[in-house]
Amino acid sequence: MALQPFLALGAILFGIGLFGALTKRNLIIVLISIEMMLNAANINLVAFSHFALKPNIDGQVYALFNIAIAAAEVAVGLAILLSFFRTRSSSDVRDVNLMKW
Amino acid sequence: MLFGIPITGETVAYFVLALIIITSGVFLMTLQSVMHMALALGGVFLGVAGVFVILGADFVGIVQVMIYAGAITILMVFSLMLTHSGKSSEEGPEVGAVRGTVTFVGVAVIVGAILLVIRGTSWPVSPTAMQPFHQSTVLLIADALFHTYTIQFELVSAILTTALVGAVIIARKEEQ
Repeated sequence: MALQPFLALGAILFGIGLFGALTKRNLIIVLISIEMMLNAANINLVAFSHFALKPNIDGQVYALFNIAIAAAEVAVGLAILLSFFRTRSSSDVRDVNLMKW
Repeated sequence: MLFGIPITGETVAYFVLALIIITSGVFLMTLQSVMHMALALGGVFLGVAGVFVILGADFVGIVQVMIYAGAITILMVFSLMLTHSGKSSEEGPEVGAVRGTVTFVGVAVIVGAILLVIRGTSWPVSPTAMQPFHQSTVLLIADALFHTYTIQFELVSAILTTALVGAVIIARKEEQ
């Protein structure tokens, strides 16, 4: 295996996630799309860690940090979503305009 | 030979996993029922975990299965059930056809450009790419985490604690 197929897979997964984050109206689906983009970045990090000229473990450590930050982001995002749903009874991104100028 | 890549067990596993990831992703974007979306999300995360295992990152693969396929998917399912009361297709209309098409074309152009650049660049080939790590990755990751990246590790734990407390406070029902 070479490096390119993994980078291509990461690029395609990132594209799918970007499309979902830009077009979907459900807040949870937008969060899921952001998770998919983070996963694509993780694939790239691990692939470079494996196929670098001098393979080292740093890419995998960065991927682990990335996963931890993504978990924190999901926790806070879903908390905001639940709080929002309680006050507005909606999970549509267009309704999230309370703090919009 | 398939796309200039020799057919080995690794290659077959890669193509099967890539197929799973991409079809699950496309299903995720096209399905209407939110529960089916959550299932497709699990497919994407498990496929990415398999790709990690192919890349020799077995510890990251296990972490991916535990955190993404386990925790985050379940969390998404719970919040979908809490905000939709189990019903499907209640998420309102999607964006208009014009905006959807324009977004699709834009994303396709970006991904196509990235793919062209990936194809055009001559990446350095490691002579040890088949077996890059000569010891267990768990040992190497532990060494890197607790020697080289100690401060970052502690910062991540602080961020996780803060996010936990913040999520509890934000999601708590306010008592008047």
